[in-house]
Amino acid sequence: MKYEVVIGLETHAELDTESKLFCGCSTKFGSEPNTQTCPVCLGLPGVLPVMNKKAFGLSLKTAVALHCEINQFTNFDRKSYYYPDLPKNYQTSQNYFNIGNNGYVDMVVDGEERRINIHNVHLEEEAGKLVHPEASDANYSLVDFNRAGVPLLEIVTQPDMRSIEEVENYMQTLRNILLYIGVSDCKMQEGSLRFEASISLREHGSTVLGNRVEIKNLNSMKAVLKVLAYEMTRQSSLLDDGKEILLETRLWDDVDAVSRRMRTKEDAHDYRYFPEPDLVPFWINQEWIDETETAIPELPVCRRQRFVDELSVSDYDAGILTEDKSLADYFEECVAISQESSKELSNWIINDVLRELNEQKLNVQDFVISPKMLTELVEIKPTIGSSIAKEVFAEMVNTGKSAPVIVKEKDLTQMDDTSELNEIVVKVIEDNPKAVEDYGLGKKNALAFLIGQTMKITKGKANPKILTELFKQRLSSISK
Amino acid sequence: MKLYEHAISETVEKIKTKEIKSCEVVQSILERIDNIDKKLNAFITVFHDESVDRAKYIDQKIKNGKPLGALAGVPIAIKDNICLKNKRTTCGSKMLENYCPPYSATVINKLLSEDAIIIGKTNMDEFSQGSSAETSYFGATRNPWNLDRVPGGTSGGSAAALAANETIGSIGSDTGGSVRQPASFCGVVALKPTYGRISRYGLIAYASSLDTIAPFGKTVKDCAILMQVLSGKDTKDSTSVDENVPEYEKLMGNSIKQMRIGLPSEYFSDGICPDVKEAVLKGVKVLESLGAVIEETSLPSLKYGIPAYYLTATSEVSSNLARYMGIHHSHRSKKTKDLIESFKTSRAEGFGPEVRRRIILGTYALSRGYYDQYYLKAQKVRTLIMNEYLNAFKKYDVLIGPVSPFPAFKLGEKINDPLQMYLSDIYTITINMAGIPAISIPCGLSSQGLPIGMQIIGKHFDEGKLLKIASVYEKNCNVSNIIPNI
Repeated sequence: MKYEVVIGLETHAELDTESKLFCGCSTKFGSEPNTQTCPVCLGLPGVLPVMNKKAFGLSLKTAVALHCEINQFTNFDRKSYYYPDLPKNYQTSQNYFNIGNNGYVDMVVDGEERRINIHNVHLEEEAGKLVHPEASDANYSLVDFNRAGVPLLEIVTQPDMRSIEEVENYMQTLRNILLYIGVSDCKMQEGSLRFEASISLREHGSTVLGNRVEIKNLNSMKAVLKVLAYEMTRQSSLLDDGKEILLETRLWDDVDAVSRRMRTKEDAHDYRYFPEPDLVPFWINQEWIDETETAIPELPVCRRQRFVDELSVSDYDAGILTEDKSLADYFEECVAISQESSKELSNWIINDVLRELNEQKLNVQDFVISPKMLTELVEIKPTIGSSIAKEVFAEMVNTGKSAPVIVKEKDLTQMDDTSELNEIVVKVIEDNPKAVEDYGLGKKNALAFLIGQTMKITKGKANPKILTELFKQRLSSISK
Repeated sequence: MKLYEHAISETVEKIKTKEIKSCEVVQSILERIDNIDKKLNAFITVFHDESVDRAKYIDQKIKNGKPLGALAGVPIAIKDNICLKNKRTTCGSKMLENYCPPYSATVINKLLSEDAIIIGKTNMDEFSQGSSAETSYFGATRNPWNLDRVPGGTSGGSAAALAANETIGSIGSDTGGSVRQPASFCGVVALKPTYGRISRYGLIAYASSLDTIAPFGKTVKDCAILMQVLSGKDTKDSTSVDENVPEYEKLMGNSIKQMRIGLPSEYFSDGICPDVKEAVLKGVKVLESLGAVIEETSLPSLKYGIPAYYLTATSEVSSNLARYMGIHHSHRSKKTKDLIESFKTSRAEGFGPEVRRRIILGTYALSRGYYDQYYLKAQKVRTLIMNEYLNAFKKYDVLIGPVSPFPAFKLGEKINDPLQMYLSDIYTITINMAGIPAISIPCGLSSQGLPIGMQIIGKHFDEGKLLKIASVYEKNCNVSNIIPNI
């Protein structure tokens, strides 16, 4: 493209807490409207907020995981705007003393490390939800306050992204981090993870930012990517025509696949932030920060690198393994039992375990084959051969039995005894003179045919390596 | 002496010793209200039936020998900005004319658990905004000492009701002087506590960082009794403080010898009415004669008090009152069906002129580009003021000054001149800015026969010391014996 695109992203993640940010109401999704409300989250006259310590802790954890500078003195601010789903017509949020500032997310784009800087991480309360009746002639709307007061974390990047691929990668990386550290379930279909994007274009090489357009209410990663692509086209054609990009906020219409103006800069909200007088400032001591740091598991990017460096897994495979924390945990549990087979374990997980999980729509934690069982299978494999190992795996899935038990029950141990195999080889050669003749004529298929015949007799248990050797020796002596 | 004339301490004593019944006290109070409240308009709502029922319940408790609370059978009047479950709580506003909260304030629960009887909800300046109890949607309250005069505000109803013996005790709230000034205008005692001493949960906010719930009493002892019941940390109010609550009554009447009392010159400045100055200085002389050491001092930053206070309070008002938009619990205009228009019309219809003025002022002060020069600057002044007070308390046990520059003024005298009205808070608002406690106690009558109040100011959580000095003063001056003739 003629222009360089500059993109920043705001991510809203609902925190995974039992109760709301300022009251004891449940945060459960999908209940009957207005059944999870109380005077506090309804913003009735006279009520006061009380901070949910877990929500605060999860915010701190996220800020630490995103390498933010932690504001040890943290305060909340009121953000004022009028909307019927906002019970108090202000949202208790953070503006002057965010819990974290100046962090970053590292990610890998096309094999290269990229760092996206985080402007700030802050905690706020969710608004309720407007419910519009389906009938087109209805002259009312309803408000459901079940969601009002659910703790919401906002993660704001610097305008650091330069392509749609980077945005996609950032969203996935961030989502992964949030899942890894267990702060949000990130269920986009339930609105637990939402995005707002800002996008501007400029001439390549320019250091000045172009006029930026903000797009709100993006409920899926797909929508983010679509709207950005749409905006790049829209804005570049405007620029091509010598027109100006307006500073404005637009809404994405998923049905018509267009963005539409919501408001221009002139009617932009003045949120009139000021410190929330109903909450006392929070002092986060160093001990709390240290404890939080210790509680943060190794993040996907580091884990992926470690799998490559220390466990001889390919970068591609490491990427797949670390995409889901529980899968990576599963792999590590296997490796803890049998480190020398790490490469092979990784193959099994990526090829066989994942296929089963996908087919059965299961999480790895619920998978019938435990890490120990998978390790046993890998360990017993040399004695049964690859193809039988696959059958044993299928049997394990079906019966839940361990590999050694299956191998024993079905007597699947590979025949390694050379003299025993030799007898069979001799017999097969006697019985198949045509094939022997073909082999002498240089037909490669003949050997495979003879090995196949032998496998039939041994029910596949013959060690194929030894078998091949034996045939080659014997057949060459015959042809001489 | 009529039953309604008693103080809390006497009433509880007589009820507990079965000399009188709670029912009789309640009956006496209700009759008194029925007789004179037409003139005063101190109550917005009176709970006739509920009070009688509850009094019967308390009497039964006594009869059955059950353990009794500190306020057993005592009628208490509550300012109408404190939520009482399922009872109309109006804040003196059309906006909440028919609002019944589904929960009770923490202080209500505390009063009830001590067996008090909530006799009614008292009139007030709309959303606690005013200084005269004239801005109420339910009409002005009048001063029992002189019906042409204001009772002071904003807790004018609670003060007037108590002074006129329409209740035994009452509760108000103080954001810039809202219990102290009416107490001084009506000749009763009121103690504005340290910010955080009494839970605000259920107090409909005016300016959250300044609001305090505060007791009135016919005597200093009554204030002490109510303080004991109301004080303490509340998990529902993050700004309440977990600080030991002393046994206030035990501190009463103790010697004040060698106590150091400072008289800030700013409290006796030009605008003060000579009667007020004289009465307060006379009161100070009494304390001196009882062994206190008096010294003049100065707190120069107090002169910035009025602008800093009104910037802070109106900023918070603009936010606290945003929730009243006619959607769930407040007045909804019938004139429009458009959403934004409905917000606007509902608010324009529901709020009176003073509230609208403060919302506009506060919205302006918080606007982009003005925040630093108004709101933030006011907070810096606030810190200066607090530091000056705290410095003074290194030297003095308490500071003393008048509560108001003048006694009760006439109805209508200042209502159309907001600046004059704001200036009447000059001696009280800086105490809220600093978050410190102060007691208002009657110290004499003006030449026109109107009560004058003396204000004793202490450092954070020093309510005990204020009650002690006030009780010693009261004992030696018999000030609480002066009662209006209504």
